[in-house]
Amino acid sequence: MRVVTKSLITKQLFNELFRFKGQNLLAQISRLNLVPARKTSLRKKPKGSTTTYFWQGNEACAEAALAVGCRFFAGYPITPSSEIAEHLSKKLPQKGGIAIQMEDELASIAAVVGASWAGAKSMTATSGPGFSLMQEGIGYAFMTETPCVVVSVQRAGPSTGQATKCGQGDVMQSRWGTHGDFSAIVLSPNSVEEMFKLTVRAFNLAEKFRTPVTLLADEVIAHMRERATLPPFETLEIIDRKKPQKGEKAFFGLKEIPPMPSVGDGYNVVVTGSTHDEYGIRATADPQIHRQLVERLNSKIQNHADEITDCESYKIDDCEIGIVAFGCTSRAIYEAAEVAQKKGIKTGYLRLRTLWPFPDSAVRKLAKRAKAIIVPEMNLGQISHEVERAACGNARVIGLNKIGGGELVSPEEIVDKIVKVSKENG
Amino acid sequence: MVEPFSAQKYLRDIKPPFCAGCGGYAVSNTFLRAVHELGHENLRRFVFTSGIGCSSWIPSPHFLADSVHTLHGRSIPVATGIKLMRPDVDLVVFGGDGDIVGIGLSHFIHAARRNLDVLVIMINNMVYGMTGGQVAPTTPYRTKTATTPYGSFEYPLDAARLAVTAGACYVARWTTLTLNELKESIKTALKMRGFRFIEVVSQCPTAFGRRAGFEDSAEMLKWFRTNTITLNQAGRMSEEELTSKIVVGEFIKRSKPTLNETLQKSIEEARRQDAED
Repeated sequence: MRVVTKSLITKQLFNELFRFKGQNLLAQISRLNLVPARKTSLRKKPKGSTTTYFWQGNEACAEAALAVGCRFFAGYPITPSSEIAEHLSKKLPQKGGIAIQMEDELASIAAVVGASWAGAKSMTATSGPGFSLMQEGIGYAFMTETPCVVVSVQRAGPSTGQATKCGQGDVMQSRWGTHGDFSAIVLSPNSVEEMFKLTVRAFNLAEKFRTPVTLLADEVIAHMRERATLPPFETLEIIDRKKPQKGEKAFFGLKEIPPMPSVGDGYNVVVTGSTHDEYGIRATADPQIHRQLVERLNSKIQNHADEITDCESYKIDDCEIGIVAFGCTSRAIYEAAEVAQKKGIKTGYLRLRTLWPFPDSAVRKLAKRAKAIIVPEMNLGQISHEVERAACGNARVIGLNKIGGGELVSPEEIVDKIVKVSKENG
Repeated sequence: MVEPFSAQKYLRDIKPPFCAGCGGYAVSNTFLRAVHELGHENLRRFVFTSGIGCSSWIPSPHFLADSVHTLHGRSIPVATGIKLMRPDVDLVVFGGDGDIVGIGLSHFIHAARRNLDVLVIMINNMVYGMTGGQVAPTTPYRTKTATTPYGSFEYPLDAARLAVTAGACYVARWTTLTLNELKESIKTALKMRGFRFIEVVSQCPTAFGRRAGFEDSAEMLKWFRTNTITLNQAGRMSEEELTSKIVVGEFIKRSKPTLNETLQKSIEEARRQDAED
C-alpha cells in the first residue's frame, strides 16, 4: 500500500501552498467547520502503529473498498460520487479486480448483484438521481439476500437539484426507497477517516447479514480533504459471507442468515426476486411462504439492531438540551455544544453513525434527560421525525433545517437555537 | 434418423408454466437438445439469467442448474457481473422481446457493443404475454393488442439487425417452425465466444393470437410458414414487401476479442504500470 500523501504536508506547508483571499485556507476551512479543530481529543486513537493519510473522502471510501477485499465495481458517473469510480478504475485492476462503467445505474446495481453471486465483494457509488434509479435493484438484492455496498453521496435534490452542492435529503429514501417490506442498513460518515472506516463496516455488515448496505455520505464529506489516521490494513476486521457445506441446499431459509453459494460452483442455486421457499423455488401465491420469507428478511436486521446501530454520544445522560445530528452537519455540533456549555447551558449530543436501523434506545435515553432535542439537518425535516418517534414525547424535538447552495448549518446557528430553546424551557 | 432424447435429465420436477400451444415448450426443448448433442451430460458449466416474462421461466426454476431470475429487463447486466467475475462459466440469457428489447434494450445494445461473452436467446412472441397481451416493441404494425385495440400505430423493432449493428459476434433468427435450424444455430452459438444473439419468433395463442385474430396455435404457425423468408430472399425484396415478413437465417458470424479478454489486457497494463511506479 503506497500512501498518496502522508502527513508530509505539514500545516505550515499546506498554508503556504494554498493561500486564499489573503488568509490561509486551513483557517478558512476551520471557520467553515470542515475540520473539527480542537475536537480530535474526543476521538479514540487507534491502537498499534497507525498511519496518517491525507485523502479526499471519496478516495478514502475507494481505499477502504480495496482494503476490505472488494473486487468488483460497477457504476455510472454522477457528481459528487465520481471520484470513487475514478479511483477504483485505477486501483482495482492493479489488484486483479474489475471496475466497469455501465450504461446507467439500473445496469450498475444489476452487475453488482451478478458479481456478488459470482462470489465477489462488490459495490457501486452514486448520488440522489442514480440512487433513485437503483432502488428497484436494492430491493432485489434485499429479496435475494445478495451482499453488496451502495455508496450514495448526497447532493441537493429533488431531481437534478443542485448537483454540486451538499444536501441531506435522501435519509428517508435510503430507508423506504424500494417498494415492499424492507429493512435498511444505512451508515453515515462525518469525516474522511469515517469514509474509510464505515466503508469497511458496510462491507462487513453486508457480508454478515447477506443484505445490501448503504453508505449514505454527503458532498461535503466526500469532497473534503483531511487527515485520516488508520491502523495497518492487515489488522482490519474483515467478515466474509458464510459459504455452504457440501450437500447443503437451503440457501434462502432454515437459518436466520442462510449460507450463500456462488453460481458456477455446482450447487444448482436458484436466485429469484419473486417470493421463494428455502430452496429458492418460486411460490408466488402461498401466504405462509411469503410471510416466512419477508418476516425473516426484516427480522434478521431488526433483531440485530443493537449490534448494528452505532452513535457517538456526549453527556446524553446529563443535559438540558440535546442535539441529534449526522453527516457533515454533525461536525458543527462539537463546537456548538462547547460554546453552549460555556454559556451555562448543559448540552449533550448524539451523533449518528448509523441512520438505519434507527438508534431508538440511545435517542430514548437522551429524551429522558433532555428537555428539548435540536435536530440540525440539511433537509426540510427527515431524521427529526424519527427522533420525535423515538423520544416518545419525553422531550420536545425541534428541527433546525437548512437547504440550498450547500450552505452548512453553522455552530453559531446551533448555539442560537440552543439559547432560544433553553430560554423557552425557562 | 432422430436420436432418442429426453430433456428430463436437465430439468427439475416442476410443472412447466406455459399455456397449451405456447412456443416456450419448443424453445426449451430445442435448447436442451442442442446441449445434449454437444455432449453435456448436465448443465453444470452453464449459468442462466433471465428477466421477467413468460420466456424468462424457461431456465428458472426449471433447468437443473444455477439460474438468476432477475428484475424485468436486467438479465444482461446481471450476466455481465457474473461473467466478469466467473469467466469459466458459460452464460446464457433467456428472455422475451419486452424484457430484452423493451425495458432492457440499452443493456442489449451495450452488451453487444462490449462484446460480452454471453448467448442471448430472445423468444419473440410480439406481445407482453404475461401481463395479458399488451403491445410490445416487436408487435407488427396494425396488430390489435390489449393496449392497441384499434391496431398498433407503431413500427416494430428488428432486434436481429440491431444486434448486428451494435457489434454482436453471432446473430440468427428462427421461428418455432424451424426448430432444426434453431437447434443447429444454438449449437453453433454455444461453440462460439462473444456476444451471441438468437431470436426465436414464437407463438403466443393466449395473449397475442386471441386478439390478433388467430384461432389457435396451429393458425399462428401457419401464419409463420406463409410469412417466413430467408435472408437471401429478403435481399431481393423492397422495404415495403418486407413488412410483415419474418426474415430467418444467420445474420452475422464473426470473431473479435470478448469483454473478458479486453479487460484482462487492461488488468495486465494496470499491473505493469503499477510495478513500474
